Amino acid sequence: MSAYKDKDPRIHGIKTKIRVVPNFPKPGIMFQDITTLLLDPQAFRDTIDLFVERYKGKNISVVAGIEARGFIFGPPIALAIGAKFVPLRKPKKLPGEVISEEYVLEYGRDCLQMHVGAVEPGDRALVVDDLIATGGTLCAAMNLLERVGAQVVECACVIELPDLKGRERLHGKPLYVLVESH
Amino acid sequence: MFAAENGLKGDPRLQAISRAIRVVPDFPKPGIMFQDITTLLLDHKAFKDTVDIFVDRYRDMDISVVAGVEARGFMFGPAIALAIGAKFVPLRKPRKLPGEVISESYVLEYGTDCLEMHVGAVEPGERVIVIDDLVATGGTLSAAIKLLERVGAEVVECACVIGLPEVKDCCRIKGRPLYILVEPRLSDECC
Repeated sequence: MSAYKDKDPRIHGIKTKIRVVPNFPKPGIMFQDITTLLLDPQAFRDTIDLFVERYKGKNISVVAGIEARGFIFGPPIALAIGAKFVPLRKPKKLPGEVISEEYVLEYGRDCLQMHVGAVEPGDRALVVDDLIATGGTLCAAMNLLERVGAQVVECACVIELPDLKGRERLHGKPLYVLVESH
Repeated sequence: MFAAENGLKGDPRLQAISRAIRVVPDFPKPGIMFQDITTLLLDHKAFKDTVDIFVDRYRDMDISVVAGVEARGFMFGPAIALAIGAKFVPLRKPRKLPGEVISESYVLEYGTDCLEMHVGAVEPGERVIVIDDLVATGGTLSAAIKLLERVGAEVVECACVIGLPEVKDCCRIKGRPLYILVEPRLSDECC
């Protein structure tokens, strides 16, 4: 279950503000750069509003944002819907006690961490990032939340790369995106 | 300058913000009492108050850019930018920003680090505030100011949630004003 609101007039404005940078971080990759979206206050506002309209009143108690671009979209959403914001970080950044979830990259592995005690059993959580590609990072994020007994209600991203089929790696959890890029 | 000395004396929101920040001893290394703002982000009212205090200060100052320092500056900056109608510009560690960037190195206790900004994100004459969660030596903020001034912007103020004692008596970074909400607490044992 997912949607991207191609009928909402705000979507076009958002999509045109995303800059595509060829061959970053390596040859062959067309990088979806959201920083240009952040330079347009109205388009950035619309981006946040679309998520807030979807999640307000749905009893979401946690917005978990994935480092680092999830930190740009997650907190404004959390503030608007009355939820806690929980940063999910690369290793050794969070002080104090953490739990870790490893995940596989194209070459090698990476790891996401969350503070022990930030999220409680029964918390209803969203996971937010700027983009979903293969879904590996989002899957690790969901695992962290479920390990502490939270319920992941939905994953929310600005951009989806559907050809990489990340949607299928989310254990059947719904994904909501604003724009697709092929 | 501290918010309490600048119009917010006795404001109960400041006390709640201070108490919501967790102190973690000996992180990232022995002897450092790390000021952890993640617990502030778990307290919706205190987090909202933090953002509101900055928004109230900057909304009528004609600010067109909020520049946030990676990564904790990203947690506060965008909400402020959205509320005051400004652009948000991330200042990032090397090789994170795609496309053309300008870089500024700065000195750490051991070694150097580097901050980058996109070419074209900020234009000459723009009025900017720089935001980060905490200011210690001011090295990172100085690098941020230099990046912005190199493209002809005017840094109106640097804004941080927490200000360490080193900056308490020096309310400017590279000649630019510094605005801080709270001082660090020494431990979690007393509020």
